[in-house]
Amino acid sequence: MKKQITITINGEAFTREVESRLLLVHFIRDELGLTGTHIGCDTSNCGACTILIDGMSVKSCTTFAVQADGCEITTIEGVAQNGQFHALQEGFKEEHGLQCGFCTPGMIMRSIDMLNKNTNPTEEEIRWGISGNLCRCTGYVNIVKAIQYAAKKMAEPQETAEA
Amino acid sequence: MIPESFNYHCPATIEEAIALASDHGDEAKYMSGGHSLIPMMKLRFATPAHVIDISRLEGLSYIKEEDGLLKIGGLTTEADLEYSELLAKKYPILIDVAKLIADPSVRNKATLGGNLAHGDSANDQPAVMLALRATIVATGPEGTGQASIDDFFHGFYMTALGPQDILTEIQIPVAGKGTGSAYHKIERKAGDYAASGVAVNLQIDGSGTCKEIGIGLTNVNPVPLRAQRSEDHLKGKKLTGDLILEAAKMAAEDCSPSADLRGSEAYKRSITRELTVRMINKALERAKANL
Repeated sequence: MKKQITITINGEAFTREVESRLLLVHFIRDELGLTGTHIGCDTSNCGACTILIDGMSVKSCTTFAVQADGCEITTIEGVAQNGQFHALQEGFKEEHGLQCGFCTPGMIMRSIDMLNKNTNPTEEEIRWGISGNLCRCTGYVNIVKAIQYAAKKMAEPQETAEA
Repeated sequence: MIPESFNYHCPATIEEAIALASDHGDEAKYMSGGHSLIPMMKLRFATPAHVIDISRLEGLSYIKEEDGLLKIGGLTTEADLEYSELLAKKYPILIDVAKLIADPSVRNKATLGGNLAHGDSANDQPAVMLALRATIVATGPEGTGQASIDDFFHGFYMTALGPQDILTEIQIPVAGKGTGSAYHKIERKAGDYAASGVAVNLQIDGSGTCKEIGIGLTNVNPVPLRAQRSEDHLKGKKLTGDLILEAAKMAAEDCSPSADLRGSEAYKRSITRELTVRMINKALERAKANL
């Protein structure tokens, strides 16, 4: 029943023997100790466990670890680069996009995929875009603002190393 | 929730997948995106001893027009449909439906083939495929075969597919001039199953006469339902408001919704009627823009 898999998470490759039935979210949290990815509903409704597999947002509670063999995964721990917040992390901070913070990692991972596909979403597109991510503090107004902040920031010309 | 133990297989070719399924018989289950199967396994409603992951089979993910048909590979994801320029231009019903299925993260994994092969009349794609008069192509131990969508759904979780068959392609007649289509469902919250959903695909000629029409209904019948009497009532006629309302009433009468958390039987018939009116009008509007 065990199978050897190699998964690259946040740029680092991990090889483990896992049971086929091990859910990807449990692999990430329990095997690797990356607890930024949360388990909310455990039924693919709430989106707290959202991660990126090969750049696409996926609910890791509804994926077996073996399905991700050979894939590149990004979790919330891999989003900041060189000690600098990602534009979405900055947006959630600046716009008070979190209250208890439980949904935040999933919201950010989902929003990365959304903004990759649509760099300038309308408010309605943002709301549909996070329709699979629930905030039980119901802080959606500021979550939408946080994503708008990030979309605007990501559209700005990037400073080059020389500048 | 932890599923029962199983053996995981990830074949590289369709032949290998079918051989694995044949070897393990009733104990094997194919999985593509897994977003219907895994929740069932976590609840232990499904306990396959062998899961055959077909998601990495090559060449089964595409959207193309060829030989007078729109061909969609079985492993094409709902997200692939949602972002397809070809579909947005010529088959808007497939964009309508993709945007209403579950949520964007689920759509990144969920496949059109899996949605249909699951055989659940609560799913949205079956009604859309009825409206579009799709043909389902599958490969199994005996080779490749096809079935009309009207012969595909046999019952709850039961389809024309044998246990070792893999749904490889969905074929839809190419949308000609004067074709329009639309889908919508009423749901309690974003991503919910439909309280009712209505799919319409129609074609009109220059005089506004309805040459072809397909109407499919979601989650208001034990199996996905074609609103046959409504179609017959409209085909060959000019679509007036009165005629559309009569056809919509027929659809509401001919389905068999069951009362549940999403509403009473009367409520579901009522919204089926209203959605039928709206989707015929929306499809008609799109058809006129396409003359």
